[in-house]
Amino acid sequence: MNKVEMTVNGKPVSGEVEGRQLLVEFLREDLGLTGTHVGCDTSQCGACVVHMDGKAVKSCTMFALEAMNADVITIEGQAAEDGTLNTIQQAFQDHHGLQCGYCTPGMVMSAAALLRDNPKPSEAEIRQYLEGNLCRCTGYHNIIRAILAASGQEVAPMEVE
Amino acid sequence: MYDFEFERPQTVAEAVAALKQEDAQVLGGGQTLIPTLKQRLAMPSKLVSLGGVAELRFVRSAGGTVCIGGATAHATVAADAAAPYPALADLAGQIGDPAVRNRGTIGGSLANNDPSACYPSAALASGATIVTDRRKIAADDYFEGMFTTALDDGEIITEVRFPVPERANYQKFSQPASRFALVGVFVAQYADSVRVAVTGASDDGVFRWTDAEAALTQRFHADVLKDVTAPADDMISDLHGSAEYRAHLTGVLARQAVAAAG
Repeated sequence: MNKVEMTVNGKPVSGEVEGRQLLVEFLREDLGLTGTHVGCDTSQCGACVVHMDGKAVKSCTMFALEAMNADVITIEGQAAEDGTLNTIQQAFQDHHGLQCGYCTPGMVMSAAALLRDNPKPSEAEIRQYLEGNLCRCTGYHNIIRAILAASGQEVAPMEVE
Repeated sequence: MYDFEFERPQTVAEAVAALKQEDAQVLGGGQTLIPTLKQRLAMPSKLVSLGGVAELRFVRSAGGTVCIGGATAHATVAADAAAPYPALADLAGQIGDPAVRNRGTIGGSLANNDPSACYPSAALASGATIVTDRRKIAADDYFEGMFTTALDDGEIITEVRFPVPERANYQKFSQPASRFALVGVFVAQYADSVRVAVTGASDDGVFRWTDAEAALTQRFHADVLKDVTAPADDMISDLHGSAEYRAHLTGVLARQAVAAAG
């Protein structure tokens, strides 16, 4: 067993882990932060995206020990202490950017990384950035709309048939 | 996955020492190795992570050469090589997806030498030099076939040196599920020659398309490739595309790359 220390959502944490323990397993099983999901476990789907030192990473495809002394932010670190959703989360709610919700933590974390680098992305840029995040409800349109809205851009109202 | 020891050295010297153990394995960004371990297709006794080795992360440009540290992430190359070697930065920005590019490294990609990976085509077309902890290897001597390189056990890629071409371009026909190249063609024009490297197409991994090189060295224009056909004999045939389809794509992408290189 190895000792691992890192900061998660601003709080210092530590634990004893095996070398093969994945970061997502440390977050979910050792820290109880089950908001980060494991979808495919093969780095395809992006449900496990968290930020490490300010960059989006797939926490199912790195070991906990590789996050030694790093600053990790998960979906639990997005809303305010009193539960008030942040801009991106609120936009997902307002624009129905989630259906079953399984991919949502990864979508929100990827969106946050995108908007930090590119505060006003085009629709095409959003779609390209989300290449590594799969929504099996196929709810992509509303996810894109939510991210456009979160970036303060105009979102055309839904057409009513 | 099978259990292993895990070591996270801070310097190249410490990493080299840690790799002396039998069946020890270097861990770059892990974007290929970790899925491989999960499937129990590899069983190292020890993983030596390069994640803590700061001296292996850099992009430097001087005297017509771009030098990239072995543990530099694709996203860093996409950003920092954009000015000195745009075609290389463009290639790095097309690998995998954004989260994969934040972890995956140039050294890891070249050491693995996946037959459909992007970086081998840039290294071969640029006539890059692969620098390790013990020697320098010319790209022409480095790639030895699918998943096979000139690296010895425990040898670490510390740096890759790319001579910057006068013109270059990379065209990738992406396999949308894996985001690897179904076929990728990198064309680089130097003062006295043109080099064309093809990835994703051959059973032997990345290769130089010498017929196209000869034609383009005479005249650097897409039209000269109209009658040059890539040989389908040793091309990969799988559910994504037949050997003939890949050979055809090779020609199409090469012409697009030449046209885009201007």
